[in-house]
Amino acid sequence: MTKYRQHFLFVMAAMLALTVACKKPQPPIAKPTPPPPSAASDANRPPAPPTPVSEPRPVPPEPVAEDPISARDIGDINKNSPFQPVFFLLDSSEVDKTAQQALNANAEILKKYPSWVITIEGHADERGTAEYNLALGERRALSARTYLVSLGISSDRLRTVSYGKEFPFDPGHDEAAWAKNRRAQFVLTSK
Amino acid sequence: MTSLRTCSTIVTLACGLALGLSAQQPPPVAPPQSQQSDVSMVIRNSGDPSLPPKIAVPQFLALTNDAETQAAAKTIADVLWDDLEFEKEYYMIPRDTYRSIPQPASLGQVPLDRWKELNADALLVGSVAKTPTGISVSIRLISVSSGASAMAREYSGSAASIQANPVRVYAHTIADEVHKEQRGLNGNARTKIAFSSDRDGERIRGPLSDRGVSNIYMADYDGARQQRVTISRSLDITPVWSPDGKTIAFASWRTGYQDLYLLFPYGGSPIQNPTKGTAEKQSWLPAWSPDGSRIAFTSSRDGNAEIYVMNRDGSNIQRLTNHPLIDSTPTWSPTGTQIAFTSDRSGTPQIYTINADGTQLQQITRESYCDRPTWSPAPLNEIAYSARAGGGNIIKVFDFATRSTRALTDNVGNSESPAFSPNGRHVAFVSSRAGKEQIFTIHRDGSGLRQITRTGTNRYPHWSR
Repeated sequence: MTKYRQHFLFVMAAMLALTVACKKPQPPIAKPTPPPPSAASDANRPPAPPTPVSEPRPVPPEPVAEDPISARDIGDINKNSPFQPVFFLLDSSEVDKTAQQALNANAEILKKYPSWVITIEGHADERGTAEYNLALGERRALSARTYLVSLGISSDRLRTVSYGKEFPFDPGHDEAAWAKNRRAQFVLTSK
Repeated sequence: MTSLRTCSTIVTLACGLALGLSAQQPPPVAPPQSQQSDVSMVIRNSGDPSLPPKIAVPQFLALTNDAETQAAAKTIADVLWDDLEFEKEYYMIPRDTYRSIPQPASLGQVPLDRWKELNADALLVGSVAKTPTGISVSIRLISVSSGASAMAREYSGSAASIQANPVRVYAHTIADEVHKEQRGLNGNARTKIAFSSDRDGERIRGPLSDRGVSNIYMADYDGARQQRVTISRSLDITPVWSPDGKTIAFASWRTGYQDLYLLFPYGGSPIQNPTKGTAEKQSWLPAWSPDGSRIAFTSSRDGNAEIYVMNRDGSNIQRLTNHPLIDSTPTWSPTGTQIAFTSDRSGTPQIYTINADGTQLQQITRESYCDRPTWSPAPLNEIAYSARAGGGNIIKVFDFATRSTRALTDNVGNSESPAFSPNGRHVAFVSSRAGKEQIFTIHRDGSGLRQITRTGTNRYPHWSR
């Protein structure tokens, strides 16, 4: 193996390691960095003809400003929200296991972007009465907030608002629709 | 019959104030000066005085031949028949049965024999004349057996001073006066129902998705003359009339969170924001005290939904309840000494009462799910509320006198958000029985269901005094 070839492989390995290391802190919805040209397939290839001497140019470190999420404006982020909604049982504002998983993921995003302030919207399905649902939606939003605070998110980054049953996610009138409508949604308010 | 005393009372239909979006009709027309009570007789059922008298309302005479007067004569009689039918104080003889009876040349030449054949106890006849500024309407309530006038009145006003179908206001005024003079009843014909609606289909680009806008509307008690009274790019809901009928308190998300506002649909002030809320100090579901000086409401300002009372200018906020579970949806007793509300402190939402000073908590309902208590006006002492039944909710009424509960509506569709009429004899509510949620009214005995909105989704009715 030529000296150049050794050098090339070393750089490729370093890039791969760097890429893997970089991948970890990405939030769930961030686009994964494209894998580098595969070193393994390169190795199986017949030796390449001598190539002109050159040094692979390292990819500049990704500045925070070019973070695929934080680079977008608030409206864009909310339209394709990184936050997962949380769902509740009928007449309930209890944060169950599934809801905890969603909130854990949301908390990771909030930890990654410590300047973000969000509004937690509480919603209810149409079976409850409109008036009680205003308070129930509020209690659902507060439950989600309490859980996020328990994960270390500062409460002053977490506003709440209830819309009762005014804004169903699914306009249907069956259990599948109701289950989607008993929810808390997370809106980026400022960053 | 001896001397027939008649007296004309001129009711001037005052000018409405045009303000912003809503050039509206005036507040309920001032009653005529009642110094001359000219009721010379009370019409009774000639067969059995305990039964409602039987009344006919033939088409009013148009004293001029122009189309406007002809139309007014027809509309007033039609609306008047409906207004009288609504309170059930009279048996209203169906109008089809007397279309063949010819109109007399004047109110003094009514062919009594023909009306006796119909078994009518009384006739409410009227005439409409064009005046330089509008119309003038004369009515007589005539006893069919004697031919005597039990009531005679004259009404005039500028048609132009009342927006949209002003002639209906003449009919409503006549109906209220007949009920008052003849039956001692405060009629509801000049009352208004406020509600929220998304009928204009406006949408706002929300942070997560496009969402419908809802605004406050008001209509005559019978659903006629609906008009929009707020312009919001948000949700405006839960309108409630002040006891004097001049102010509507409502909740809106116009700043991004729930807060309370006061609207003056007939002018007098721009919209006020007595609670001056913040994201941490949200308020909703306002309810006026019977004297109009205070507003009870729900707020999460101390961490979760509790009942508070404030002066109408937002001063002197007092917390009335203190429980980690939900306390919401207050309504005042007719005397203003108690407040009923919804709480889920027992595990499910139920109706409770508490003294206005925060003492004497009492649980009223023990059902699966109850909400939106609405205390009746005096002299009744009842609470209407929505209760879960089957897959939806129905309207029920709890009577304090007998400690008993009755169902007011069937369980077709979902029914909720009851509101009493000012005389306590009717309840407006929301129902999905005809598809989208619409406003309906029903008599307190469960009869006489009427649908009063048909466009868009309409919610949160509240009846003005």
